[in-house]
Amino acid sequence: MDTAVLAHRIQFSLTVMFHYLFPILTMGLGFFIALLSTLHLRTGDARYSQLARFWGKIFAVNFALGVVSGIPLEFEFGTNWSRFSAFGGGVFGQTLPLEGVYAFFLESGFLGLFLFGHGRVSRRIEWLAAMGVAVGSLLSGYFIVATNAWMQHPVGYAADASGAIHLTSFWQVLLNPYAGWQYLHTINGALLTAAYAIGAVGAGYLLLGRHHQFAQLSVRLAVMGGMILALTQAFPTGDENGRSVVRYQPAKLAAMEGLLQTEKGAPLAIIGMPDTAQGKLIDPIYVPGVLSFLAYGDTHATVNGLDQYPRDLWPPVELTYYAYHIMVGLGTLFIAQMAVGIFLLLRGKLATSRWFLWTLMLAIPFPYIANEAGWTATEVGRQPWLVYGLLRTSAGTSLSVAAGETVFTTLGFAGIYALLSLLFVFLVGRIIVQGPEGTEHA
Amino acid sequence: MILNIVWFWVLGGMLIAYSVLDGFDLGVGSVYLWVARTDEERRLALNAIGPVWNGNEVWLLAAGGMLVVSFPKVYASAFSGFYLALMLVLWFLILRGVSIEFRSKLESGLWRSLFDAGFWIGSFALALLLGVALGNVLRGLPVGADGTFQGTLGLVLNPYSLLTGLLSLTTLAWHGANYLRLKTEGALQQRAQAWSSGLWFVVAALVALVTLATLWVSPTLESNYRSYPWAWSFPLLAVASLAAGFRSRQAGRERGAFRSSVITIIALLGAAAMTVYPNLLYSTINPSYSLTIFNAASSPHALGASLLANVFGMIGVILYTSYVHRTFSGKVRVGQHGY
Repeated sequence: MDTAVLAHRIQFSLTVMFHYLFPILTMGLGFFIALLSTLHLRTGDARYSQLARFWGKIFAVNFALGVVSGIPLEFEFGTNWSRFSAFGGGVFGQTLPLEGVYAFFLESGFLGLFLFGHGRVSRRIEWLAAMGVAVGSLLSGYFIVATNAWMQHPVGYAADASGAIHLTSFWQVLLNPYAGWQYLHTINGALLTAAYAIGAVGAGYLLLGRHHQFAQLSVRLAVMGGMILALTQAFPTGDENGRSVVRYQPAKLAAMEGLLQTEKGAPLAIIGMPDTAQGKLIDPIYVPGVLSFLAYGDTHATVNGLDQYPRDLWPPVELTYYAYHIMVGLGTLFIAQMAVGIFLLLRGKLATSRWFLWTLMLAIPFPYIANEAGWTATEVGRQPWLVYGLLRTSAGTSLSVAAGETVFTTLGFAGIYALLSLLFVFLVGRIIVQGPEGTEHA
Repeated sequence: MILNIVWFWVLGGMLIAYSVLDGFDLGVGSVYLWVARTDEERRLALNAIGPVWNGNEVWLLAAGGMLVVSFPKVYASAFSGFYLALMLVLWFLILRGVSIEFRSKLESGLWRSLFDAGFWIGSFALALLLGVALGNVLRGLPVGADGTFQGTLGLVLNPYSLLTGLLSLTTLAWHGANYLRLKTEGALQQRAQAWSSGLWFVVAALVALVTLATLWVSPTLESNYRSYPWAWSFPLLAVASLAAGFRSRQAGRERGAFRSSVITIIALLGAAAMTVYPNLLYSTINPSYSLTIFNAASSPHALGASLLANVFGMIGVILYTSYVHRTFSGKVRVGQHGY
């Protein structure tokens, strides 16, 4: 691969993967804080307000980093991927500014009201502000997913004789069939991460014997929410999202599942290491017929393997395969963990099962890893296409930007983001250690 | 055709709104270290922009997104052409944002001083670089037949663009000082007023200088102002608002001062817009290579659909944004909530 193309890809991957760590929590926590605000408004119970304010502090730090790391991405469509933008800007650009106009203004505008408005505005307005932030962040997720969905499954356009494309339908772009389940699966992942974050903090406090009431409530909410969300992450959101891949991106499916040869009654590979040179998986564990069933609802259906596609249209098999399997493996573990949590909750033993609380606390990195792994699978699996079937990645970069410039700026971002990571961990850690204000002791 | 023209003004309007709004955030940051001396004063300055700065910054992002859909070839060419300069802008945006948000989170003097410096450097650099960018657009760029150019720092930092950068910096600093005059009291307000008063002279001088320099440098200014006589309303408005600004230097005239800097920014940017129209990236190699609102736009359908979708949304934005700004009007107080 051309060094410049590789440099552009590495820069975008680095900046988007770092950025995405923050919206995951923004979308999930925002929803949760809005819920807490609503409960406080309805019941007048001060505990809900206390919870909302505690998580609001963490939310503010998280949001700040999400914003500053997000702006580079909008710029990068032009700085590093100018040919892509010139080619498709009139089409995919339909959803891009809508993220700013309908979502960012809402989020940022009302966050100011929520964080600074206490005492200045009524409780009702504060609640409205929390709702505005939550809705803004959820809307933001839709518009950017719709933009990505267009890259996965381009719609609403027509090409002329020279190959240039133009918009034929705004609504087809906005309501891309690929986008719906992709969005729901993404949001579900964010909410699940928030549940784990709340559970981890609660579990930590219980293990330390601090903030008992707050911690109990947190752990209870986390396990109840987490159980539902872990299940819906797989069915229906994950399953339906996977079906989009079967329908629109069959080569990606083959790579994800490690299906190197076409099979009738294709098995699901639970584990196994892809050996693309020999066209098989090493040391695999298969469940017969399951892949055909998942893909087509029929255990005897034929699923296309990578052998059906020309070699130069294969995505990088190993990375796609492992990213997908890490995501699914973790997702399965989340279901199991939450099921144990529910069992303990029903037995009234949740707050006292120290071994379980330890697992809940230590689990916090894993939903993040699962989210990032899923995006890696879908983006790397789309290669060599930038816009599936229309524009290759190597044809989308900025030709006027030398590899050397991109390497320089990538290193710059890496350094800045390393510092920001330290700041984030330090500041959020401090908030957690300080604990919710004015609480009772254990 | 008409859609292209409407989009030119929509984008212009977005960028003008950004300059007026985030302009005072950047301005406060630019004068911060000298106008706000004590920790209490610095907290007041930060809280003056606290509830609104994030929303103000969104105008830039929304404008950028709109540029992608309306004039994708310009977005592609300008952003890749100005690669290094834009990366610097991004890094300063990060520095500015993080400094505002994190500065008061620790009691430590060392921590606070570090982020005070970060806030100042980020704001100052951004105010300067935005003017530099505009200067290069006014001057023209070596756009080739393929519509691209390579904006090395050597090209981008030329005497004319540094001059426009200086104008941008001082105008926004004056604007930020005016904002602090509105929002604060006591010694802090007095210092803001002193700075606003002094900066007025620098701004007025630079406006004159930049006007002359632009007459010299711009390939399209003369023909445009001859073809569109109504364009004169912008420079005339700028002179009027600067004159009003002179009178508002006195204590007690903070509303008038802020109003005059708002209108001056609008007038100067309007004048700039009419200087380049209908070019967006004028080619100094060959005028026929220039990217204009007509040859670098997306299709009429794309322009129409996105215009409807975005303008509809902006109506709501203007309504609730005004509400938020009004909620926080009046003098700033440092409370438990805030920075």
